[in-house]
Amino acid sequence: MSSITATQASASTERQAYFDELVTSATATLQGDEVLLANLAGEATDFIRLNNNDVRQAGSVDQQKLSVDLIEGQRHVGGTINLTGDRSMDDARVTALLTTLRDQRRLVPEDPYLLYNTEPSSTNNVKTGDIPTPDAALADIRTAGQGKDLVGIYASGDTFHGFANSLGQRNWFQSSTFNLDWCFYLQADKAAKNLYAGFDWNDDAFASKIDWSSQQLTALARDPKVLDPGDYRTYLAPRAMEEVMSLLSYYGAFGRRAHETKQTPFLKMLAGDATLSEKVSISENTAGGVAPNFQSSGFIRPDAVQLIVDGKLNDTLVSPRSAQEYGVATNGAHGGEYPESMAIAPGTIPTSGVAEALDTGLFVGNLWYTNFSDLSACRTTGMTRFATFWIDSGEIVAPVSVLRFDDTAFNMLGDRLEGLTDTAEVLLDPSTYMERSTASARLPGALLSDMRFVL
Amino acid sequence: MTDLLSAPLFDTAPIAERLRNALPTDVDYASARLFDERSEHLSVRQNNLEPIFNEFDTGAMISIWNDGGLGYAATADLSSAGLAKAVERARHWAGVTAGHMVGGQSQGAAAIAPPPHHPTGTYTSPVEVGWDSMPLDDRLELLHQQSRLLGIDDRIVDWAARLTRRSVDTLLVTTGKDGERGEVQQRFEFVYPGMRATANEGVNTQTRTFGANAFRGQGGAEVLGRYGFGDAASRIADEALELLTAPNCPSGVMDILLAPDQMVLQIHESIGHPLELDRILGDERNYAGTSFVTPDMFGSFRYGSDLLNVTFDPTVPGQLASYGFDDDGSPATKQHLIESGILQRGLGGAVSQQRSGLQGVSNSRAASWNRPPIDRMANLNVEPGDSTIEELVASIEDGVYMHTNNSWSIDDSRNKFQFNCEYGQRIENGEVVGAVRNPGYRGISRNFWTNLTGVADTDSFTVMGTPNCGKGELNQMIGTGHASPACKFSDIEVFGGES
Repeated sequence: MSSITATQASASTERQAYFDELVTSATATLQGDEVLLANLAGEATDFIRLNNNDVRQAGSVDQQKLSVDLIEGQRHVGGTINLTGDRSMDDARVTALLTTLRDQRRLVPEDPYLLYNTEPSSTNNVKTGDIPTPDAALADIRTAGQGKDLVGIYASGDTFHGFANSLGQRNWFQSSTFNLDWCFYLQADKAAKNLYAGFDWNDDAFASKIDWSSQQLTALARDPKVLDPGDYRTYLAPRAMEEVMSLLSYYGAFGRRAHETKQTPFLKMLAGDATLSEKVSISENTAGGVAPNFQSSGFIRPDAVQLIVDGKLNDTLVSPRSAQEYGVATNGAHGGEYPESMAIAPGTIPTSGVAEALDTGLFVGNLWYTNFSDLSACRTTGMTRFATFWIDSGEIVAPVSVLRFDDTAFNMLGDRLEGLTDTAEVLLDPSTYMERSTASARLPGALLSDMRFVL
Repeated sequence: MTDLLSAPLFDTAPIAERLRNALPTDVDYASARLFDERSEHLSVRQNNLEPIFNEFDTGAMISIWNDGGLGYAATADLSSAGLAKAVERARHWAGVTAGHMVGGQSQGAAAIAPPPHHPTGTYTSPVEVGWDSMPLDDRLELLHQQSRLLGIDDRIVDWAARLTRRSVDTLLVTTGKDGERGEVQQRFEFVYPGMRATANEGVNTQTRTFGANAFRGQGGAEVLGRYGFGDAASRIADEALELLTAPNCPSGVMDILLAPDQMVLQIHESIGHPLELDRILGDERNYAGTSFVTPDMFGSFRYGSDLLNVTFDPTVPGQLASYGFDDDGSPATKQHLIESGILQRGLGGAVSQQRSGLQGVSNSRAASWNRPPIDRMANLNVEPGDSTIEELVASIEDGVYMHTNNSWSIDDSRNKFQFNCEYGQRIENGEVVGAVRNPGYRGISRNFWTNLTGVADTDSFTVMGTPNCGKGELNQMIGTGHASPACKFSDIEVFGGES
């Protein structure tokens, strides 16, 4: 174990012990038959934001948020506070929070949908990583970007999550990762986007990513092709697929509550009026992802939930509340009931032969700002972005100016789907809204016989 | 350390002094920005109270400018030791970045200078009816009452009434080698009411909401009355049911009349974001995108018709993003961004103004203590015109009156957009003839606003906002204010849903 990873492991042990002591102290203050559920979400991250290969902003964020649910019978109230790392201050904060929650709980009725795990199942998962110091990373990135317009963000450090309850369950997850999300910009809307993320920084792997992006820039420098609105034979690269799948996921394609309340974009599938292509199988693959395998009510997630099998609805993500509301078993989903570790099974189109398979049509490297134009019909819209090329007879001809698509997922992943690539790319989510994301996806690319572009 | 849950940190702890004492005075400029939030989230869904959730979020960001470098460190540990650790981290970053910062008015120019001032002042949200006048059980009863009014038909398959209250205190303390000191204290009270009803028949699901989260602002319990929260539930439920049997919105090129709760998104996406100076300077190109607006356009570019007047106005009482100072300490003032259709000024704070050499506004804002300030919209408003709604409707031979945004999408230069709304009303020969479902339209920002052919008067002018503008790397979600009357646009591509 290197000194870097030893430090990470040591920090993990200290944080875990601190969380455990805090919850143990809080448990000792519980009254009557109260039950306490506690969740910790934290990070210690360094961030470097770049524009034109110079630093725009750089700094560090240390945060730990403790969320608790204080339960008595079927009545409960929740709250969240920051932890400071000072034991006496944090004990005082937790005590004050529990007092506030107790006062509120007097006014609330029994919750018919309350469900939490009462059979303790403790887990511990710490993934260390060989990450360069931020100073060294900055130097390497700026060297790689020399002479180029590099725009993006580098984030590195520890993210950690814990669950603990007054029944003795303890779950801990920490991962030490880096994530460089960047573009080389040529001009206007022409840019090569890439992502280098993982646990162990490897100079050769980084160099390979830089080479790929540099080659894309060469292609982007050709005169752009402006396409009229119409239907075009199209290849959606894994990153473009990620945009489509994120939209479907976030708006209830796979969530139990959305299905039960007819608010899912897969409503026509529920009604038996549509299916996806039999080439499409989708799972929530927690075992293959980088997210914690426990959720906020203490349930442990199964290794995988098969959501779509051979194009047909098979299962949904069921949170504990939905389990109670709809009389089904929970499968450890969080309250939003969208995947955090989606996997689409690869197909048979050789990844190295995508251009040949496409022959003539659009190569879409990225999509952007997807949304629904008719959610009940699963009709989606969005824009092409970054590396989108016109391919003729298997060869790149020109970059394509941005296009808006408006088409249904039942077309794109249904009868217009010719096939999926034979490998799935691992995509770590670079999102940092409120905290660094632990979501990921394993997605192949998709070849469509045609896709509708409207503007 | 005080009990942060029972009272604001300002009132019960010598926090300003502790922050100032932590800041170094051997650097060009140093600031500590404290953020202290206490929030309560209530929701009644299908007549059942969902778990009450309380949020207490407190922390500080230390920023240090020195010798051309800039660094920050954010921490929730506000003890002297915790702040000292954050100061050292920020100082380290300032050292690492010195000589490598994005430059001034042109690349190669001197690095960005620290703020030229040490601001002092205060701001407090105007509150007419204190929140404490409505105890928790009254708030819960109000939500239950609205919920019962929403779930009135078996075809309404899901419904909810929500209420969030946020109290946010911010404190900006500055020092530097010059020996000067600054202190800005601001206290905000926000109320976010919401409700929705979802109706379904077969494969047709329609949802109506209370302004799609646009009806929110600063104030106390009076915010509920300001937006008619107590009177909207029956209309929302009725309209959700009406949409089930309404015809699909027609397709074609026609006039549209956009209600204020759709104008919110039109303004936000195709005026606000394109005018952010940091986008124009290229900072957002890896994430939120760039802009079709270029620096040479300011002062001369025709952004819209003569009827278009857009202001940046953080002084509107009760609007969502009103404040006294931005998060770099620049005093907030009203500025015209577009006057009689001509682009005048961009949305950029002090740093972007330095970098670009362009005029801007006081809009450097951070979502919380754990994110650094960047250029954001604050209150961005379309000023009212002279027409009544009735006159605008009467002027439309073939069109759709669209209410309440439910989908938005735009390209990375903020040009090619597409919006959908919850509820449409068909207008034929100057009259509203009935509801249509799934109304949508698309266009190109650079041309769209020149097709503005009518602006309603103050009768429809509604002060609103949106809570979830996402931007920045690190990513930040922040609230922005948008006030507007109803507006008419001509020759717009309109479409409906799948038939």
